[in-house]
Amino acid sequence: MNGEKSAWQRFLASDFFYDFKRSPVTIVSFVIVVTLILMAILADLVAPTNPFDPGSLNLMNGFTPPMEPNAFTGETFLLGTDDQGRDLLSAIIYGLRVSLFVGLTAVILAMFIGVSLGLLAGYRGGWVDAVIMRIADIQVTFPSILIAVLIFGVARGLLPPDLRDELAITVLIVAIGLSEWVPFARTVRGTTMVEKEKEYVQAARLIGLGSSQIMVRHILPNVLSPVLVIATITLALAIIAEATLSFLGVGAPPTEPSLGTLIRIGQDFLFSGEWWILLFPAVTLLALALSVNLLGDWLRDTLNPRLK
Amino acid sequence: MSESILRVQNLRVVFPHRHGELVAIDDVSFEVKKGEILGFVGESGAGKSMTGAAIIGLIDPPGYVEQGEIWLEDQRIDQLDMRAFTKIRGRRISMVFQDPLTSLNPLRTIGDQLIETIQMHLPVSQEEAKRKAMAGLEEVGIDPARFNAYPHEFSGGMRQRVVIALALSAEPELIIADEPTTALDVSVQAQVLELLKKLCRERNASVILITHDMGVIAETTDRVAVLYAGRLAEIGPTEKVLHQPEHPYTRGLIASTPSVELGNIDTELFQIEGAMPRLDALPTGCAFHPRCEHAQDRCVEQRPDLLQERVACWLYADG
Amino acid sequence: MLFIILRRLLQAIVVLLLVALVAFTIFRYIGDPVESLLGQEATEADRRALIDRLGLDDPIPVQYLRFVTNALQGDFGVSYRTAEQVSGLIAERLPATLELALVSALFALVVGTLLGIYTAIYRDGFVAHTIMSSSLIGVSLPTFLIGVLLIWVFAVELGWLPSFGRGETVQIGFWSTGFLTASGLKSLILPAITLGLYQMTLIMRLVRAEMLEVLRQDFIRFARARGLPDRVVYFGHALKNTLVPVITVAGLQLGAIVAFAIITETVFQWPGVGLLFVNAVFFVDIPVMSAYLLLVGTVFVVINLIVDLLYLAIDPRIRDGQLRRKAT
Repeated sequence: MNGEKSAWQRFLASDFFYDFKRSPVTIVSFVIVVTLILMAILADLVAPTNPFDPGSLNLMNGFTPPMEPNAFTGETFLLGTDDQGRDLLSAIIYGLRVSLFVGLTAVILAMFIGVSLGLLAGYRGGWVDAVIMRIADIQVTFPSILIAVLIFGVARGLLPPDLRDELAITVLIVAIGLSEWVPFARTVRGTTMVEKEKEYVQAARLIGLGSSQIMVRHILPNVLSPVLVIATITLALAIIAEATLSFLGVGAPPTEPSLGTLIRIGQDFLFSGEWWILLFPAVTLLALALSVNLLGDWLRDTLNPRLK
Repeated sequence: MSESILRVQNLRVVFPHRHGELVAIDDVSFEVKKGEILGFVGESGAGKSMTGAAIIGLIDPPGYVEQGEIWLEDQRIDQLDMRAFTKIRGRRISMVFQDPLTSLNPLRTIGDQLIETIQMHLPVSQEEAKRKAMAGLEEVGIDPARFNAYPHEFSGGMRQRVVIALALSAEPELIIADEPTTALDVSVQAQVLELLKKLCRERNASVILITHDMGVIAETTDRVAVLYAGRLAEIGPTEKVLHQPEHPYTRGLIASTPSVELGNIDTELFQIEGAMPRLDALPTGCAFHPRCEHAQDRCVEQRPDLLQERVACWLYADG
Repeated sequence: MLFIILRRLLQAIVVLLLVALVAFTIFRYIGDPVESLLGQEATEADRRALIDRLGLDDPIPVQYLRFVTNALQGDFGVSYRTAEQVSGLIAERLPATLELALVSALFALVVGTLLGIYTAIYRDGFVAHTIMSSSLIGVSLPTFLIGVLLIWVFAVELGWLPSFGRGETVQIGFWSTGFLTASGLKSLILPAITLGLYQMTLIMRLVRAEMLEVLRQDFIRFARARGLPDRVVYFGHALKNTLVPVITVAGLQLGAIVAFAIITETVFQWPGVGLLFVNAVFFVDIPVMSAYLLLVGTVFVVINLIVDLLYLAIDPRIRDGQLRRKAT
């Protein structure tokens, strides 16, 4: 209890927190990200309606503009409704949940793959290193969005047709995760190669600690802050990748629309004047991606002052 | 005053930063006579290179000349705009930098860079410029046939010769040589220095030679200025300063140099205690007083001026 | 010199063969080619005949070799979805993509380089600051959103430019071009900006960073100390040195433009290979996916090769083998 308290106090007194307090842009970004994450987690409580409950839909409510009562039912919706009469605010909150879930799990997957391979390549060296890094070199030559679409397509090909929609979210996570592991692997490999030559690692080896123990206990802690920075920046990329794939129609299934899916739907109604169906999901996506990006930039500058 | 090519008066260069400003050069005055080689010696950060940069108007922003005057013969040059200054740089004042590896544009031939400089300053035709460039190369001991070679095809010493040829190509009257031999192999240092000295003597050009090497000072310069923490500690004829150093810092500097000339190789080398203060933590009074064995109360309180145009130290205040 | 070129060529071929291996694996092992081509009602005899005809029982290396030789002759098999030759589908749509990519690439390179130089030289100016901060937003904006927003403003609200398709095209031999008609050119503007904007900001930031880096170097100081005026220092000395590292990234970005076309083509319903690919992914049309992968792989490898050769032309140190190309 006492230790915990002093850890918190130490945090408040740290340079890290000091930097944070002095950057209004970072504070705003942080608040936006936390609010959006909370909204996504608490979607069932926060959203006015459940957009996927057919019982709550009323086609008569279709195309209601924001803040105006519907001509037939008299109901008012903060952000308006779509063609099906679905409350847009609720759809966005649930879409946000899909987007964030896919983004976060994809980053965790990418981080797991990248950190493991990076540790392995850096620690073992030799042909293991050569093979892993060559694959990484070739993969980063291609834009990750292309890799993700390709993996998505291959995974769909491997699945029986009736499972394709059901597993679409999983496939999406795997596709994005597999397309973003390289930066993690490169950074971790570099740090590992430096750390493994240091005395304390040599000492640990002399005591007889196994390679995996050395990697996890001694080398891993050294790579945490660059990995955190990359993870944050990758999160922004993953959220955008998810939205892009869903926008292309090769991402989230129609039964679980993400922000990208909503934007795709919104584009169809641009010419007929129902601008809100496009605008609000787009603004939400933008706020999310931009805030995460700014947080990532700030983290990078704060944790690696040398890079400034 | 006609015999001096450059006069620097009360020069003060500051670098503004978040918590105020750093004074990189503080109240430095000196002059360079025509045909003379003036040495600048001191530790890194003492302000040697900064003085050179100030003279040629190339202080990196945000630094700037806050006070003082720099006169090139009868022209005041510290307030010239960029455009007017380009007519002086290379043409009247030129500079040789420390590292010949990075001083030349790696993507252009040496001949190309020579012609460019010559044509910028002298009203000559393309052929005339080329002829001059080749003559310049020959003078510094480089085969003119290598006119179209790229910098990376030369060794370090040869490259510094190219740099000297470039610096001299528009026949300047003053050359600022900033540690011109520090990056070179010991074996070629003397050659390059000798070359620089010879060419300047032939042209009656003056040189400001910046170095941290007392040996180089002894062999090359006519007069020497000792800088400490951005201030002038001592200045005078090289012979005098080396053999009868007055400022305690100069004495320490000379005593800590392994000297062949003084013939006491056996004696243990002297070391000055402590280190030069950082520019953001300068002591009061004389900047050297915390390390000085003769420090008095006055040294802590009051900054000494240059006394008898020679030394900035209270020890000599009474005569 | 010749040796270096030959070695680069060899490396390029190896990478291409690897890409072909991935494409072949997808082509051969994802889904069941026989079932996809014949449908489920086919008899065992039909199946047998097709397996023999496609040589699916041959040893794997033989099949791979046949896949590569077929591809070299432009034979990528038959689309599962439309039963047309994949090569025909691609040939029909390739001009649309290449024309779009070319215009975007020019836009990205020219505007990006100019803005990069400008923001480096006047780095403390108000305009430069404005450009830099808006570019930060530009980098965070997903491509498809840029496209949708451009459509909203210029097609829906202002009605100046078309929002989808290529407009009128002119057929020249096998090539259909949109460059020769007013509606074709107008149709190019929005997609080209959408596709090139991200690369443009990237190139701009890169040129700026490299230029600032170069301007800090000694030879620039020395050039100034020799009395060369700003114009000569910037354009005679700094620019060429800036371009060396920029070429790699710019080259790869041009490749990326071809790949990113899948997004832009979907937004603008641009009838190119990108749209073909997205539809193939959706309908699990394996031969089209595999052919697209080969196509994009080739584009990347060729661009990489050109970048390498450009390096040789620009930097004498690499020509003499003293310096290796900076990896990115």
